[in-house]
Amino acid sequence: MNLHNIIEEIEKTDPEVYERLDGRREVLKKLTSYSGKIALAGVPIALATMFQKSYGQTGTSQIIDVLNFALTLEYLESEFYVRGLAAAGLIAAVDRPAFETISTHETEHVQFLRDTILALGGMPVAKPNFDYTAGGGSMTGPFADVFTNYATYLAVSQTFEDTGVRAYKGQAANLISSNEILRAALRIHSVEARHAAHVREIRRRNGLLVPAGVLLQPWITLNQSGIATPLVQPSYNGEELTTQAGVNVVGINGFAITAEDASEAFDEPLTKQQVLTIVKPFIAA
Amino acid sequence: MSNEHFDKKILNAGIFPAAGMPRRKFLTVAGLSAGSLMFAASCKKELGDDPQLTSEAHSLGGGSDGGKAVVNLGSGDTGILNYAYALEQLEAAFYIQVLATPYSGISDKEMEYLTDVRDHEIAHREWFKNVLGNARIGGLIPNFTSIDFSSRASVLGTAKALEDTGVSAYNGAGELLQSATYLLYAGKIVSVEARHAAAIRDMLSYGSFADSTAVNSMGLDLYRTPPEVLAIASNFTYTKIISKNLPTS
Repeated sequence: MNLHNIIEEIEKTDPEVYERLDGRREVLKKLTSYSGKIALAGVPIALATMFQKSYGQTGTSQIIDVLNFALTLEYLESEFYVRGLAAAGLIAAVDRPAFETISTHETEHVQFLRDTILALGGMPVAKPNFDYTAGGGSMTGPFADVFTNYATYLAVSQTFEDTGVRAYKGQAANLISSNEILRAALRIHSVEARHAAHVREIRRRNGLLVPAGVLLQPWITLNQSGIATPLVQPSYNGEELTTQAGVNVVGINGFAITAEDASEAFDEPLTKQQVLTIVKPFIAA
Repeated sequence: MSNEHFDKKILNAGIFPAAGMPRRKFLTVAGLSAGSLMFAASCKKELGDDPQLTSEAHSLGGGSDGGKAVVNLGSGDTGILNYAYALEQLEAAFYIQVLATPYSGISDKEMEYLTDVRDHEIAHREWFKNVLGNARIGGLIPNFTSIDFSSRASVLGTAKALEDTGVSAYNGAGELLQSATYLLYAGKIVSVEARHAAAIRDMLSYGSFADSTAVNSMGLDLYRTPPEVLAIASNFTYTKIISKNLPTS
């Protein structure tokens, strides 16, 4: 892809394109800088966003903030799977290919977000030090056996994935000014949902740390975590919603839709602050 | 889940409150039994004369909405919501038929999952119907003649295609919405479709929930524009869906 040619093509129909893009020199400098620094993937997005900004849209710094928030969550997930896969005897052999797939995706998300932030002229946040025991750095939190007990590992995995889905969902509206970034975020969001569904399926099959009498499914029923500890409950509170946009989905139009069905049919967002509160114990200062 | 629960769920197959409804009548209304499929097919020729069918075929697609020969999705956010409504109609109709005539050898767990998926899709369909109100398109007339509902491979293969297409459709439609509120609701639904897609993929081939046919090398899921999605959807409906007025950016 020759980015300079793209600009020249646009110049034919809009002679003022360079002025709109802060002048030719600045544009070429940015493009050269991008192509040297980042994966090709980020360039079209950067270009598109640059145009949107120049042609009247605003909010690049807000978009970068959202992407850095997402990056922090992807760092959390990515390292969690790298460490889990490296822990001898932790992950059941039958599940190993799935966790390799999930790990690869999370690492790709980290790379994609870093590239995109750089392409937008932002600075990717540094990866925090994580405490997967949820001890806030003590390394002796309630999930102290997270890398030695598969039941705990799966419970934390499911919680991260379900929380990730809710976190992206909560940020979609903040990306509405950029079609390309919103599209990318949605495409990550649904991957996290696929991951969540599969980890829930793993837990359904082996029953580890699933409360008695709970039938764990790939979707979220009411505000049930399906995990036998109240520690993860904040990641599920609010999922019990059965009224959407003022429409009560229970028994809607005479159909036999239960509260369980209605809650499962719609996943709910979390605010950035809610997510940060959930994640805080996993960050070692 | 107990068999008793299944029975209740099956009884409430999502079309009308089923209490007191004779079984034969129920099956005809709820599903797309072979006879009703043929009926829908036979209607096709006559639709030019009477697009507003008055038969029980109405319930096949749009729930209590009528079956239309042609629908125009319209423009703006309404057009995108109608686009989603159309897709949810086809998904719901498909799973209603799946549960009305379960494939041979269906397991209890498959029955449990597919029943839930059906009810989620009915919930989506009816929700869009209510949100759109008078701006909604009518009911689509499904065309499932390419599906062998007695075959697990045919049913789950179709389910996988429908769910993956649904995910790709919502991922492509988000940017076409002007309203942040509608964008949020699309987001609430698409992740459930992705959970469905993963579950069905795992039924077909355990571990394929997010394989390289769904997620690319940058970790991004499927994405399609409305024309791309409607080209796929046209294989599952007799109704002509006009999308020329949909936003393109």
